[in-house]
Amino acid sequence: MSDGEMMQTQVEEISTSEVAYTPSAGRRTRYLRHLGLIIASAPMVLFLAIPMIALVAQAPLEEIIARLTDRQVSMAIALSVYTTITTTCVTVALGTPLAYLMARYRFRGKKMLDTLIDLPLVLPPSAAGIALLLTFGRHGILGERLADLGLQIPFTPLAVVLAQTFVSAPFYIRATMNGIASVDSSLEEAGMVDGAGTLRLFWSITFPLARVAMISGAIMTWARALGEFGATIIFAGNFPGRTQTIPIAIYLGFNINLESAVVLSSILLCASFGVIMIVKWALKQSVTRADIY
Amino acid sequence: MCSQLRYLLLSALLVLALGCGTGGIGSSSSGSQTLTVFAAASLTGAFTQIGKEFEAAHQGVKVVNSFAGSQDLVEQMHQGAPADVFASADEKNMQKAIDYGLVEKDSPRTFVRNHLVVVTPRDDQKVRSLEDLSAPGAKVVLASQEVPVGNYTMQFLDLASRDPQLGNDFKQKVLANVVSYEDNVKAVLQKVTLGEADAGVVYSSDAATAPRDKVSTIEIPDAYNVTASYPIAIVKNSKHGDLARQYVEFVLSARGQTILKQYGFIPVGKAK
Repeated sequence: MSDGEMMQTQVEEISTSEVAYTPSAGRRTRYLRHLGLIIASAPMVLFLAIPMIALVAQAPLEEIIARLTDRQVSMAIALSVYTTITTTCVTVALGTPLAYLMARYRFRGKKMLDTLIDLPLVLPPSAAGIALLLTFGRHGILGERLADLGLQIPFTPLAVVLAQTFVSAPFYIRATMNGIASVDSSLEEAGMVDGAGTLRLFWSITFPLARVAMISGAIMTWARALGEFGATIIFAGNFPGRTQTIPIAIYLGFNINLESAVVLSSILLCASFGVIMIVKWALKQSVTRADIY
Repeated sequence: MCSQLRYLLLSALLVLALGCGTGGIGSSSSGSQTLTVFAAASLTGAFTQIGKEFEAAHQGVKVVNSFAGSQDLVEQMHQGAPADVFASADEKNMQKAIDYGLVEKDSPRTFVRNHLVVVTPRDDQKVRSLEDLSAPGAKVVLASQEVPVGNYTMQFLDLASRDPQLGNDFKQKVLANVVSYEDNVKAVLQKVTLGEADAGVVYSSDAATAPRDKVSTIEIPDAYNVTASYPIAIVKNSKHGDLARQYVEFVLSARGQTILKQYGFIPVGKAK
């Protein structure tokens, strides 16, 4: 492509966005112009979509409904629901101050802390499970002391929450850091001049402006926690109703027959898809409303 | 570790599927042959050594082992993963391989046997006898019933409950002590080795590989022990049929059986 052509495309791109509300004829030419981009994007879209379709296509609706009433399946779903909600709440409660600190202050060792936050994302979940076991296990660094107090974490729902939090918290912290950093700090300073306390400032200025990033981050954390398998099975083990989450039930289901695993996977897939879509829609609604007012 | 395997599974399947499409990796290179052995996780130690000795005896042959739960291996092969030899930890999964048409009906041969033992952490012995397994408060880790060893464990508990000394509620009491049903036998052993559990039930072959300073073993009497028979078979679609046959012969040979015995298995012909 010559320079002249490139310039032309750029110019046209700008002009089409200006006439975005012209009738369908204009829209059609716009699609044609972006054809190359659409074709280039297609492989990735297909790669992501086809396995999902393959999974759901294998699970007839009546079987999904039949499996939902299965005691072990419903226990796994219930456990997954309440552990992931707990994980998300814990992450928001403990991750927000850290994200605020990282976004607003400069201090020695900040780079190291920043890397530490990213570490669970690179660490294989099974390694995270082993690390947690060596920390909170009966003979772990902290676990030994906790055991003396009569608190044993492995093989309990608390272990499930710890495993999920460990691997999924970075999503929320990272998103919230970016969200807070994008809020103009002079707004907070102005509030401070007016005598507002830190919490009040955060609640009335920072949070409303950073909420889209924060809520999206929380949803990513929830979604990652819902899919968590490796750390959970090593640290929390597998016991129906106590530590057997949906992913673990899927894995063990795969060991008996493919069908039950497929059905559970489809349930997980549809539920996550639904929740993420609803949250995105709600966020968009709240943003547009805020723009209008 | 099995959980990692599960993550690798999908990508591995993809890679293998692509490999099939292009005629298989390395299958075309002249002179050198690669024999792919799918073997149950409990065979990890023994088959690694058997593979090495087989390689040494057959020039230009490379043995690639894939260790996982027998049921995982059957599913992988069913989904198109190429294998030459399949060694299962139980007859049930070998039957499944036959049903899927992966293995000829008359191909499987029992090559080794295994039985169950109770393992406990050496330094913290809450459980010192079979009876202690049912003592309130003991933390017991078993293999999940979905995997062969978990199935055998249930059979053992059923048989033990018939012993008046242990009591007919023995199984019930033991199950009340269970804190986790692990997804594979190595995970059971690991939890006991780490001292997270007071006792676990594993194969004698697993106990044989455990660090002696960390794990002690309680034998289960033959009266309620369950013997697992391991069948081995040549995979129907194997591109190296002759080599696969030689491999199976080697496993069944005196040398192969000696290696298996070193790893805590019961050679065939001795038990039963």
